Amino acid sequence: MSKMPNYISTTNACKLCKPLGASLAFRGMEGTVPYLHGSQGCATYMRRYIISHYNEPIDIASSSLSEKHAIYGGAANLKMGLTNVTKKYQPQMIGIATTCLTETIGDDVPMIVKEYKRETEAANRPLLVHVSTPSYSGTHMEGFHAAVAAAVDQLAQSPAVTNDTVNLLPGFVSSADYRYLQEIMDDFGIKTTMLPDLSTTMDGPALLEYEKIPGGGTPLEAIRQMGGAKATVEFGRTLGKTRTGATVLEQKSGMRSHRLGLPMGISETDRFFACLETLSGRTTPAKYADERGRLVDAYVDAHKYVFGKKAIIYGEEDMVVGLTSWLAEIGVTPILCATGGRSGHFAEAIAAVTDGVLVEQPKAYEGMDFFDIAEEAETLGPDLLVGHSKGYPLARKLNIPLIRVGFPIHDRIGGQRIIHLGYRGAQQLFDLVVNSLIEKKQNDSPVGYSYM
Amino acid sequence: MEEIALAERETQIYRKGESTFEITCNKDSLAGAVSQRACVFCGSRVVLYPIADALHLVHGPIGCAVYTWDIRGALSSGPELHRLSFSTDLQERDVIFGGEKKLKSALHELIERHSPKAAFVYSTCIVGIIGDDLEAVCRRVTEAKGIPVIPVQSEGFKGNKRSGYKAACNAMFRLIGTGDTSGISKYSINILGDFNLAGEIWMVREYFRRMGIEVVANITGDGRIGDICRAHGASLNVVQCSGATMDLANMMEEKYGTPSIRVSYFGIEDMSEALYDVARFFKEPDIMERTRQLIQEEVQKIYPELQKYKKALTGKKAAIYVGGSFKAFSLVKAFRLIGMDVVMVGSQTGTTEDYQELEAITDPGTIIVDDSNPLELTSFLKEKEVDVFVGGVKERPIAYKLGVGFCDHNHERKEALAGFTGMLNFAREVYSSVMSPVWKFVPRNTKGNDQTFKR
Repeated sequence: MSKMPNYISTTNACKLCKPLGASLAFRGMEGTVPYLHGSQGCATYMRRYIISHYNEPIDIASSSLSEKHAIYGGAANLKMGLTNVTKKYQPQMIGIATTCLTETIGDDVPMIVKEYKRETEAANRPLLVHVSTPSYSGTHMEGFHAAVAAAVDQLAQSPAVTNDTVNLLPGFVSSADYRYLQEIMDDFGIKTTMLPDLSTTMDGPALLEYEKIPGGGTPLEAIRQMGGAKATVEFGRTLGKTRTGATVLEQKSGMRSHRLGLPMGISETDRFFACLETLSGRTTPAKYADERGRLVDAYVDAHKYVFGKKAIIYGEEDMVVGLTSWLAEIGVTPILCATGGRSGHFAEAIAAVTDGVLVEQPKAYEGMDFFDIAEEAETLGPDLLVGHSKGYPLARKLNIPLIRVGFPIHDRIGGQRIIHLGYRGAQQLFDLVVNSLIEKKQNDSPVGYSYM
Repeated sequence: MEEIALAERETQIYRKGESTFEITCNKDSLAGAVSQRACVFCGSRVVLYPIADALHLVHGPIGCAVYTWDIRGALSSGPELHRLSFSTDLQERDVIFGGEKKLKSALHELIERHSPKAAFVYSTCIVGIIGDDLEAVCRRVTEAKGIPVIPVQSEGFKGNKRSGYKAACNAMFRLIGTGDTSGISKYSINILGDFNLAGEIWMVREYFRRMGIEVVANITGDGRIGDICRAHGASLNVVQCSGATMDLANMMEEKYGTPSIRVSYFGIEDMSEALYDVARFFKEPDIMERTRQLIQEEVQKIYPELQKYKKALTGKKAAIYVGGSFKAFSLVKAFRLIGMDVVMVGSQTGTTEDYQELEAITDPGTIIVDDSNPLELTSFLKEKEVDVFVGGVKERPIAYKLGVGFCDHNHERKEALAGFTGMLNFAREVYSSVMSPVWKFVPRNTKGNDQTFKR
């Protein structure tokens, strides 16, 4: 279903632009500097936006194109920029993403990169991966997946023999989520290449020496070996025919891929763990069975506080699908699922995760902005909002709790440390939702009990 | 030791006392240097943003609008239209077939919905390339809707932030001269270059009110279209943040003969000087007397508490990296007032004259830098063993990662740092960062004694 009603203007968008997603994905690869081929502003704006969420440095280089480059082409600046980044950062890789400017003036980046490689010595040159990310098509999520696909496509080899690793492509989740996923894979004893990995690069410790490029990220050698893995697990129910890391590997080496929803809540996490049991040949480690058990226990303890509460969920498509699946299974009624994306698969994915759980399907709209969401909210009368910080003005207007999840979280600290995934993430989010609803009831109550 | 800067950037860094003063500035950022600068669009957007009863429509793909949604702490005493982020969200087909029709429809839709007093239409990189005729679209919508619809020529790649300031000034200049100026006092001013972050312009306006001076237009903090239209009726333009709004003052001087003075509201010294300068301009003994009294009262109010901070902060070291260097002058003085030494100062868009003045007022050994980047800044912080770094959002994690204190002094802040009260807030901010007990845990101070914290 598309956005209803169909306004021409956009007010308070519920999406970001493509190069931002690509920059973040590149940031999760070892020794990599994200590089935007465009004018200086793009890189600076995105750095500011990302920093406000993570409170971590993020250097994104830029071609800093000016007027004459826009007329005569940006090739010379791109090459100079690559040389300068190489000199200052000594990166193992530079991840080059285009912008609307360079796409429109028609810079042929693959060609320029090829030229640059001819003109420079391989020994002194980092790996160069490039991806086309014009901001006028798609959102930051398309940019994120495109950068992952580009890295796999341009780095992964197709070895004759397979190894026993599993490729895990989680998409864009929090640093704590990447950490937790790695822990799960380790506990299953599965050798894993997780791409990207923002667990350390965007949530690092205090340092004595400033790291030009923060440690961590998916090792480039591991990306090279991804073609030989025994399987790929990729999260995303709305990816459809999008070219992703998994589809590239399928084409390259005919690798089997398992596409799952983001493991949020019990139902979706069970599917993920079932997949891991198959891949590892082991049963779920006791640690996670316990996590699941405690989660079920908590669901029971607090089920009445959440039952029938009406929620509006907004944000990135797959994040919203995961949240909806989870909220539906705890008894919250999702009434509107909204995204700024336009994958064409959103409503279908929402239906898939709520079918048989909800009596009535929630509205599920693509191409939404916060003007549309606010307009819908007026008639729907939600009890809570679930999404990133940019829904705060609406939550404030409606005087209802906002459950902050995903990206960006600009009005609280620690967005990178929220665990959304798995039983552990569901547990934390569940406590948060329940307590927010109780707090609201308690604050609004004339009595003000200090017990539940 | 590895060189701090790329060879091409060496002339943009100067260490006072090491050679005769010379610095290169006002040039395009070097490709690949990770400049802290933004773009032309950013310059226009930040200047016009606080005009609260105007529609601000960004004509371009979604990024430019979404990254500038409600990002300034610029308060309004009335309408808050400026806090919404409007975009034409150009798609591939618009890029191919042109975005003029979409722009026109979006303008009609939004003007009907919000009834703004005027609309600013910001051009972005891509609009400059596909060649939409903004001027023509705006003219047609002006005719149809009966409000000024003004194009802002802010294509991101056409210069740096300064060009964006100029584009914003050009846009506002179209409004000036269209309003009724009857009833304006001869003791009247316009406030240029204050953006009412955390209510700062309200403080400054209150000072002027107590002096007996009428403020005609706020340009642009808590700004209104109607006031800007009659700004030519004021006797004087009082210009802060001159990089952003001096062009407008110059245009007004040329066309309407309005003289201007440059001021800064940061720090006791500069705030007092600003008020005295305005009082001196009007050559009216009563105004001067009231000004003297006001300053005395205000300074007395904050002085005792300031001494407490000074005692604690004396000898601590500060580094400054801000957008425009005029603010840096005030900060150097403000730090001195609380006993601190400024060991590094730089800006994104300073001019040669700005840097000359910085050179004149700083101590020997101070690093002066133009258009710096994270790697340079971190090396300066370490080299100078800085206790507190003053900058914006992009500088904050650089300081924190190295265990250095930080004070936010850019346009997103939510603390009022201007005026006399602002000086106190500033000292408090610096104090609460420098004196925090958390620094004893950071590797910079454990000096690697705790091996686990060394990576």
